[in-house]
Order: sequence, then structure tokens, then C-alpha cells
Amino acid sequence: MTTATETGPGAPDAGASATGSVRRPRGARRRPDWGKYFTWTVLCWLFAPIAFMVVFSFNDIAGRHNVTWEGFTLRWYSDAFAYPDLNVALLNTVTIAVLTMLIAGFLGTLLGLALGRYRFLGQSATNLVMFSAISAPEVVLGASLLSMFLTMNLAVGYWTILIAHVMFSVSFVAITVRARVLTMDPSVEEAARDLGATPLTTFRLVTLPLLVPAITSGGLIAFALSVDDFIITSFVSGSTQTFPLWIWGSTRVGIPPQVNVMGTLIFGLGVLLAVANTVLARRRSR
Amino acid sequence: MATATEEPRTRHDAGARAGTPAISLEQISKAYRSGGEDVQAVRGIDLRIEQGEFFSLLGPSGCGKTTTMRMVAGFESPTSGTVRLHGDDVTGVAPHRRDVNMVFQSYALFPHMTVFDNVAFGLRRKREASGEIRRKVAEALELVELNGRERTKPGRLSGGQQQRVALARALVNRPSALLLDEPLGALDLKLRQAMQMELKRIQRDVGITFVYVTHDQGEALTMSDRIAVMNGGRVEQLGTPAEVYERPATRFTAGFIGTSNLLSGTVAGRSGEVATVRIEGAGEVRASCDAPAGARVDLTVRPEKIAMEAEEPAGDRARLAGTVTEVVYLGSATHYTVRLGDGSEVVVFRQNASDAASAAERGETVWVSWRPEHAYALPG
Repeated sequence: MTTATETGPGAPDAGASATGSVRRPRGARRRPDWGKYFTWTVLCWLFAPIAFMVVFSFNDIAGRHNVTWEGFTLRWYSDAFAYPDLNVALLNTVTIAVLTMLIAGFLGTLLGLALGRYRFLGQSATNLVMFSAISAPEVVLGASLLSMFLTMNLAVGYWTILIAHVMFSVSFVAITVRARVLTMDPSVEEAARDLGATPLTTFRLVTLPLLVPAITSGGLIAFALSVDDFIITSFVSGSTQTFPLWIWGSTRVGIPPQVNVMGTLIFGLGVLLAVANTVLARRRSR
Repeated sequence: MATATEEPRTRHDAGARAGTPAISLEQISKAYRSGGEDVQAVRGIDLRIEQGEFFSLLGPSGCGKTTTMRMVAGFESPTSGTVRLHGDDVTGVAPHRRDVNMVFQSYALFPHMTVFDNVAFGLRRKREASGEIRRKVAEALELVELNGRERTKPGRLSGGQQQRVALARALVNRPSALLLDEPLGALDLKLRQAMQMELKRIQRDVGITFVYVTHDQGEALTMSDRIAVMNGGRVEQLGTPAEVYERPATRFTAGFIGTSNLLSGTVAGRSGEVATVRIEGAGEVRASCDAPAGARVDLTVRPEKIAMEAEEPAGDRARLAGTVTEVVYLGSATHYTVRLGDGSEVVVFRQNASDAASAAERGETVWVSWRPEHAYALPG
């Protein structure tokens, strides 16, 4: 492009010098782009454990210990569901995570809306409780939840795990939704009212669609938190097994490669969801 | 809602209910509680805005103009007073049940909807047939010269185009009044001037009552049929652009609209409408004023009404001598500041016509003069 404009009819002999000036002068070495190297280092650092998990799901081991590379096999994928206990644990984890995502997503949205939109008695207290739920050490939360369930005479198990997961992940949804509500132009909703929409229609057609990205990301955070929670879950699980609890239990006897297989599948599912979310968001903004 | 169907399609002729103003505000007041203290945003406003009128609420920020408009739209409810649309009391009625539409300062377009869906929003709430909706939306987009952009999301449009979508979205409902809250504030100067003409044209074409809130006096003067100049929650003056400009009723209006020269003096004598006012240290001038002899008055004269000459003018022109202290060349005109004998300064605008008398220079002694009827006494 530069050459084309510079070798216009007015400057017939400018072509050679123009191409020359576009290039770097000889001798001036290109400075290394440290920012790029740093970025890639961080990315590798972050993805190394996941890569190991994926690679070792294909490890053809003979004994119980999946720690050294012994050859490639797909056998763990065909035998993925060889441990009935692990299947139950995985099913529990997935159903609890989905329910947590839905319940915490719903409650967190309402909470975030209220905190972002209205001034009410107990607002700052609610904010405080929300942030303390995030910042409190999990051991403390787990122990106090357990004593609460015991005092209330609730049998610990599946449902207490669900209650606990909703409890600690609702704040994350509320905070994401609140942030979105605070940056939303209030006159957009007023415009809907002004054009004849009832408060309910306004919420359905304007407020909710504008909150969807925040609700989705809040819900995905809740899902992720629920899937891999170990500490709180171990307090309130009773005899119910979840995926992380089962892995912890099996460390003493050696973690079977099926765990890597399921981990890989869960990770793959997560990547798919994230990609789908990005694609949808891009389509929405168009 | 009932009003919407009763009203004729075009509102050029207010024949259906002749004499009923489109909007009337009766003793409207609004107090807020903010930070533990009451803020009186609007203090007893009475306004009648006629059918098909381009009416501006003009004032500095915090004068209550936006609050007043929001009470018409229904987003704020007055602390006391009555809002009427076409004679019907709508004081307690929710915004979605009022037959007025608003164009917001931030445009407030629905970012997740296409231009078509934005404009069709109001019609869909009224459950109009889809064919009707398509026709009306196309018509509205044509009016604002945006046809062909139906499938675009607002985020992909320029500021000026978004502004037009906001306008089309409101106008397509054929409201009995359109409320515009500083709609041109976010546009650059050239676009703003183009849109002023455009708005005036659209208003003439559709014949809908426009209520325009602005702090820009030039905008208000250019477009309005009538202007209410507001300050401190009250209407300072109500009148046509020429009236508020030529005969400012208060010191505030004189200062807020255009540039204005204020001269303080005492009434020395009078003959009919015209009084002789003595300005201590500067001289005596004649001005239209009804204050009794001996009263202190402030005279106001617009800069473009003042002539400036090297020699003392003859005839019955009011005249004072002074020294040029500043000369500002503005291309088409030059602004001179002249210090008078009493120490006060007057600004004189002079067109830079080719045959104009030779320009005055700083430090020169000049005579400023005006016709007595171009100087008015302000109350207080």
C-alpha cells in the first residue's frame, strides 16, 4: 500500500527508496517482544496440569499407580465407567453442580438486582454477608454448616451438599449481576416503560436480556465452584460421595486412570460451554 | 390510552378539542430527599403547552427543567400540583399508560434489539398487526432518513444515527406530545446544528407537540415556538424566542440568553413610556421604563443594538462615552468591550461588512449609542 501511493505519477523514481524506507535500517536488530514470551509462559504454566491430566488418561499402566508414562492406550476410555462408586460420585457431582447453577443463578440474580437497583434497610449488611461468604475460609464455613445441619437435625448427604453449594456460590452470581446492574443505563428501562411496556414486560424484554451475560457467567462460576469443591463438601456430605471426595479417598490406594478420563471429559465439556458462550455473545452483539 | 384513539391522526388541527392545551401543569412542585435534606427541585410551575407547539424548557443545570419533563412523562410524581394531558388529569398515572413519548439524553436504545425491533417496540405493546407495524416502522425510519438499517444493532450506528433511531422509536407511536431531554447534547457542533434543522422539519411534518429540554440558549432560540426560561425551580419568563431575547423580564433571563449589557442607574425623570435614567459618572440615557422617578433600575441593552462611533451621534439616540478596552475579532463580526465613565463595561457587536466604518482600536475613546426603546429596565 505504501509503495503504491508513494510511486504515484508525481514521483516516478520514488519506488526503490520507498520500499527501502519501509524496511528496518540494516543493523538495527529487532528487539525481542518480551510481553509475548511472558504471555506464553503464563499460559503454559496455567495449562500444564491440565495437559498432564489429559496425557495420563491415555497412559497404558499395568499397576495401580498412574505416575510414569508407560505407553499409549485408549483402554481407559472404553473402560471409563468400570468403577460403580466413581460413577455414582460423578453423577452426584454433576447433578449437584447443575442444580447449584440453577438455584444460585436464580437467587443470585434477584439478590444482585436488589443490591444494584434499590436502597433498602439491611442493604449494607447484605453486602457484608455476601463478601464474607466469599472471603471466609472454607474450613470455617464447612464446620459451621455441619454443626448447623446437626443442630437442625438434618440428615447430612446429597441435599445438605446442595444447600451448602448454593450458599457459597450465590454470592458470586449476585456480585456479577450487581456489577452489571450498576453499569446499566437506567433510562433504557425507563424508555421501555415510556413506550407502553408494563413493569413485568419491561423486565422480560429489556432488563433480563441485558442481564443474561452476567447471569450466564455467574452461573458458570457457580457450576465450576460446585464441581470441584472439596473442603465444605467433605464436612456436609455424610456418606454421600462426590467426584472430588472419591478421588481424595482413592489417593491412598492409587488413583485409577478413569479419574483422568472423567477429568478430561469434564474439562472438554467446560471448554465447549465456554466456546458456545463466546460464540453466542458475539452473535448477540452483532 | 383512551385519548390516543379519540385523537385525530394528524394533530395540525386541534379541532377535536379546540382550546384544550396538549399539556398543562398546574402549580407543580417537586421536593427530593437527598442526603438527609429536602431539595426543592421544582417550585410551583404553571404552564400550558398548546397543540402542535415546539416548546422549550431552557435553563442551567439544576434548574428543574428535566424534573419537570420527567413529571410529564410520569417518571417522577409531583409533591403537589396537577399534570394534565389534553385536559385529563394524569398526575398519578404510570408512564406506560401516558400518551407521551420521550427521547432520552443517552438515547436509551435497546442494545440487544435491531433498529427495527427498537422502533417497533411501542407498536408491539399496543398489539398492532404485524403488517401495520412494518408499514409504520418503515415510514418512521424514512422520516429520520434511516431506511435500510433495519437489521442493524444500535451499537453499530454513529451517535447521530442512534439519535435518529431514538426519535423514530418515539415518533412512530404518534404520541400526543414528544418529550426531548437534551437530545443533541452528545453530538458534535456541526451535527447538532444539522439536527436542529432536522428536528424542526420533522416537527412541522408530523405536527406533534414537542417539549424540548435544553441548557443551550441557541438551540432553544433556533427551534422553539415558545420558550420557558427556568431558574431555581421556577419559570423566570415565558414567551416567543424574540420576546425572551428582545425583552428579558428578569436579570437572570437577560444574562442567560445571549450576551447582555447591564447598566445601573436612577430614574431622573420621565415623559410617557420613556424615562431618563442617570448613570452615575457616565451620563444620562433615555430608556423604556415604567419605574417612578428616583427609583434605582438596571437597564439592559443587547450588544448588537449598540452603535459605536468616534464622534458623538446626533439625534435622539441614547449615548454614552467610553474607552475601548478589548477587541475580539471573530471573522464575521468583531466584539468590542467599552469601559464607561462609571467603570461598568458594555459589549458591542459589529458586523465586519466591507463598507463598515473603520474599526476602533484598544484605548480609543468612542461613543456608544442605541435607540431608547432598545434599552429596558429590569425589575429589582
